[in-house]
Amino acid sequence: MIKTLKYSFYDLARSNWTYLYMLFYLLTALSLLFLSNDLSRVIVSLMNIIIVLTPLIGMMLGTMYYYNTRDFAELLLAQPIQRKSVFLGQYLGLSLSMTLSFLVGLGIPFIIYGVLVSSEVWNFSMLLLVGVLLTLVFAALAFLVAAMFENKIKGFGVAIVVWLSLAVVYDGLFLLAMMLFESYPLENAALGITLLNPIDLSRILIMLKLDISALLGYTGAVFNKFFGTSLGLLVSLGALSLWVLAPLGLFLRVVKHKDF
Amino acid sequence: MIKINNLCKSFGKNHVLKGVDILIPEGNITAVLGPNGSGKTTILKILLGLVKPDKGNVFWKQRITHGDYSYRNKIGYLPQIARFPENLRVRELFSMIQDIRQQPSDLEPLLDAFKLRPLLNDRLRHLSGGTRQKINTVLTFMFDNDLFILDEPTAGLDPVAMIQLREIIARKQKEGKTILFTTHIMSLVQEMAQQIIFLLDGRIYFQGSVQELQKLHGEHNVERAIARILEVNEHEGVLDSVQPTASTL
Ligand SMILES: Nc1ncnc2c1ncn2[C@@H]1O[C@H](COP(=O)(O)OP(=O)(O)OP(=O)(O)O)[C@@H](O)[C@H]1O
Ligand SMILES: [Mg+2]
Repeated sequence: MIKTLKYSFYDLARSNWTYLYMLFYLLTALSLLFLSNDLSRVIVSLMNIIIVLTPLIGMMLGTMYYYNTRDFAELLLAQPIQRKSVFLGQYLGLSLSMTLSFLVGLGIPFIIYGVLVSSEVWNFSMLLLVGVLLTLVFAALAFLVAAMFENKIKGFGVAIVVWLSLAVVYDGLFLLAMMLFESYPLENAALGITLLNPIDLSRILIMLKLDISALLGYTGAVFNKFFGTSLGLLVSLGALSLWVLAPLGLFLRVVKHKDF
Repeated sequence: MIKINNLCKSFGKNHVLKGVDILIPEGNITAVLGPNGSGKTTILKILLGLVKPDKGNVFWKQRITHGDYSYRNKIGYLPQIARFPENLRVRELFSMIQDIRQQPSDLEPLLDAFKLRPLLNDRLRHLSGGTRQKINTVLTFMFDNDLFILDEPTAGLDPVAMIQLREIIARKQKEGKTILFTTHIMSLVQEMAQQIIFLLDGRIYFQGSVQELQKLHGEHNVERAIARILEVNEHEGVLDSVQPTASTL
C-alpha cells in the first residue's frame, strides 16, 4: 500500500492540477488578507469558500483520477499485491497531494501575515483541519462514485449531483422543511439531519470554534444548545471522521467484488 | 499445470463463458483463439484474479487461485491495453514495478532488445502506442516468472520488435516456462503454439494441437482451418445446437 501511495503521489506531484489547486488557495488567501485587516473575518470568508469548493474540487479531481488510473490499476492488480492495497494506496496518494496543496496554498500567506503569533492561530488551525477533512471525505465519495459507474459521463454526472445535493439542495430543503413543519418540535430531527451532511458539519465546527453565534445558523444553534461548545466540537469532529471512513469502506467493498 | 473447471461468467445479460474446461500443461505455448468478444481476455483475467467468475475454479500448482494473491508473484501479464501513470518517466515505471514485486529482475537485455534505453527519461504520456506496447512487454518479461499471460502481445509492434518478441517467447519456453497468449495473427499461432484453444459462443470449440486442427480440416493453414470452423458455424445457424466438441465438425 505504501508503495502504491508513493507512486500515486509522485505522479500527482507532477500534475498541473495539483499546482493550479494550490495557486487558487494561495491567491484567494492573499487577496482576502490584503482586503481586510480583521483576521477572524478573513477566516469566516475563507470558510465559506472552503466548505463549498473543497468538496467540489475533491469530487472532480477524485473521479478524474480514478478514471485516469483505472487502466493502470489493472496492471497493478496483476502484481502479487492485494486489491485493497492498490486502491487504498491510490486514495491516500490523491488525498495526500490535495491536502498538501491546500495546506501550502493557505498556509504561506497566513504565515507571512503572522497568524502564528496572533490570537487567531487556533481558529486558523481549525479551518485547516476542516479543509483537510472535507478533502478526505469528498475524495472518498468521488472514488466510490467512480468505482460504481463504469461510464465516465454517468460517473461525473452523479459526482456533481452528490456535491450539489450536499452543498446547495440540502440548505433549500432544510429551510423548506422548517417552514412546512414550523409548529412541530424539530430540534432533534434537525440534529440528525445535520449529521448527514459533512458540509454543514464543517460549518458548525468552525462556527463553534470561532464562537460566533450569529453565524451558527439554525442547525448550529441547535447543536450548541444540545451539546454545548466543547462536546459539540467533539461530536461534529467525530461525525466528520465517520464521513471519511464510511465512503472509503464502501469504496473498498465495491472494488473488492469488481471485475477489471 | 493449469486446470480450469466449468468456468462461467456473465456481464449482465451477456453470457460470455458458459462452462469452460481447460487443461494447460506446464512448459507449453498455448494460444487462445476466438472471434472478437468471445471471452479470451475474460479467461486470462480470471486466471489473474482481475475478473471474478460466477462459477467454476482455477487450479494452478494444485492450488485454487481464487481469494489468493501471492500466486501472482510467479506470473507475468501483458494486458491488451497498456496505460501508465501519465506523469511518471519510463525509468520510474520500471523501478515502481520492481519496487512492488521485490524480485530479482533482468531489465538491461530487454531494454537493449527493444531499443528503449534512449527513452528512459521520457514521460510516459508522450509515448507512441507501439512504444507503450514494448514497455509493456519488458514489464512482463523482466521477472523470472513460471507463467506468462500475453493478451495480444504483437498489437502495435514493428517487425523488428516482433522478431524480438518471438525470440523471447521461444527462449522462455526452452527454459520450461508456460506461455498462454491470445492473438488474431494465425501465422504466429502456426509458428509458436503447441496447443490451441478455440473459443466460440462461450464454450471451448476445439482444444488440441496445431496438427490436430490441421488434420481435422484437411487444411495445412491454421488460418483457413479457423475460417472453416466459423463458416460451418454460420451454416448451422443456432450456435447452441452445435456440440462443443471437435468431433461434430
Ligand atoms: N468489465 C466488463 N463489463 C462488461 N462487459 C464486459 C467486461 N469485460 C468484458 N465484457 C464483455 O465480455 C465479452 C468478452 O470480452 P473479451 O474482452 O473477453 O473478448 P475478447 O475475446 O478478448 O475479444 P477481443 O478479440 O476483441 O480482444 C465482450 O462482449 C465484452 O463486451
Ligand atoms: Mg481481448
